[in-house]
Amino acid sequence: MDTNLTRNLLALLARFVSGASVRWIDSQPDTCQRVYFANHTSHLDAIVIWSSLPQAVRMLTRPVAAKDYWSKGPVRRYLANQLFNAILIDREEIKVHQSPVDLMIREIGHTYSLIVFPEGGRSEGREVGEFKSGLYYLCKKRPDLELIPVHLDNMNRILPRGEVLPVPMLSCISFGPPMWLEAGEMKTDFLARARDAVRRLKELE
Amino acid sequence: MDPRTLWLIGTVLMLLASASVVVRILKRRPESGIDAAILETFHLRVRAWWILFTILAAAFLLGHVATVVLFGLISFWALREFITVTPTRPGDHYTLFWVSCVFTPLQFVLVGMGYYGLYSIVIPVYAFLFIPARIALAGDYKRFLERAAKIQSGLLICVYCLSYAPALLMLTLPPLDNGDPDTGGGVRLLFFFVLIVQLSDALQYAWSQIPRRHVIVPTINPTRTWEGLLGGTASVTLIGAVLWWATPFHGGSWWMAALMSAVISLMGFAGGITMSAIKRDRGVKDYGTLVEGHGGVLDRIDSICFAAPVFFHCTRWWLVLNHFMDRIS
Repeated sequence: MDTNLTRNLLALLARFVSGASVRWIDSQPDTCQRVYFANHTSHLDAIVIWSSLPQAVRMLTRPVAAKDYWSKGPVRRYLANQLFNAILIDREEIKVHQSPVDLMIREIGHTYSLIVFPEGGRSEGREVGEFKSGLYYLCKKRPDLELIPVHLDNMNRILPRGEVLPVPMLSCISFGPPMWLEAGEMKTDFLARARDAVRRLKELE
Repeated sequence: MDPRTLWLIGTVLMLLASASVVVRILKRRPESGIDAAILETFHLRVRAWWILFTILAAAFLLGHVATVVLFGLISFWALREFITVTPTRPGDHYTLFWVSCVFTPLQFVLVGMGYYGLYSIVIPVYAFLFIPARIALAGDYKRFLERAAKIQSGLLICVYCLSYAPALLMLTLPPLDNGDPDTGGGVRLLFFFVLIVQLSDALQYAWSQIPRRHVIVPTINPTRTWEGLLGGTASVTLIGAVLWWATPFHGGSWWMAALMSAVISLMGFAGGITMSAIKRDRGVKDYGTLVEGHGGVLDRIDSICFAAPVFFHCTRWWLVLNHFMDRIS
């Protein structure tokens, strides 16, 4: 089947299962190079963010995902490689000369946008966890990238940790206003600011 | 389509069109002295009615199966809204999966096939026993009864009760006066039911706007008054009596259509106040505003949910009684 058609069908299916309503708060969808960073509570997160972008933007957006999960079995491999065009990161052995950040920068070139989850893994509770430093190093090397905070609500009830079958419920995805790494901004300050941007979207509900 | 059905649809179209015109005119005249908020509520209602009418009309044209599928989808969406506002625990995940992906479709398949003996009990007996057992199996005993009751209530109100609306299509109706089988009767019965529910909602709201107000339960819903309930029910009873020709109660018994309308109005009130209580407890105003952009299906169908099973059973008893009377006379 035509890959683009399959992509659109999958996006529709993801929208239906997640019952997601999409809000852009002081922000607009755009095809410029961006990094969407979100809180991570469910395996569906990347798919749902990807499917809630307008089609033209979706074509240029690549989720960053864990290799150990997404390269298991032919279905996941097909989804990750053919449909989402995901950038798979090896979490088990991080090589010095091939850091995940370098890989991301090489893969996106000057066209693609990224979906990342800076908490590293899925957080257990409702609180947004501390951010790992990858987002900072990414921005340090490419300060031109626009950062868009994204908050996902209720996704962990649709497909909680360790479950396989999703329960259809309603969820809400909020895209926030763009931000950048300021010149000379310290790592911890920047990561705290980014985390606050996601948490602020949660409070707006 | 038989002339009676066309008459009924024509009447509703005319009512809707005139309601739209009235809204347009009032909106252009801010000096008319009508509260803008009330006008806006009415405007939204009329728009929801147009959507409801269009969907119902389309489903009727496509046949019984399409109508059952349509109500199944509405149920599914309402249940999603219900579960979303109801706090559950991770241990309930598989129970919720069974409820929304197995019992909900099953109920509507059974309704579509007309197995009255099965669809009338599959949820209140089998599903209601399954739910606590499955939660227990998950091993989480915190607030056990409360969680089981929440899921059971959601399934009962959003799925079981609503499925009785399309079940009206499957009733065996008495033949027409000239002896022909009443093929369009089921469609008319469902249309009559939805019309009366919506009118009773609107008329109860309209009557509760009159100045002398006696609020029934101020802690639950400050807009529902005795004036609204009694006035709305009285008006809807009158309308039901006038529409008796559209119902299967047409064998001269206009009072039966009137009585049924009164029952629908009272059950609609019960549904509205129950849902208000749930919303009060959860601290949300509308199920729709909970997740921005969604219409709030549950807000629109609460009165249908409560009225449908009672209307179905009353009609069914009447049909059985009627048949029995014919036999002995």
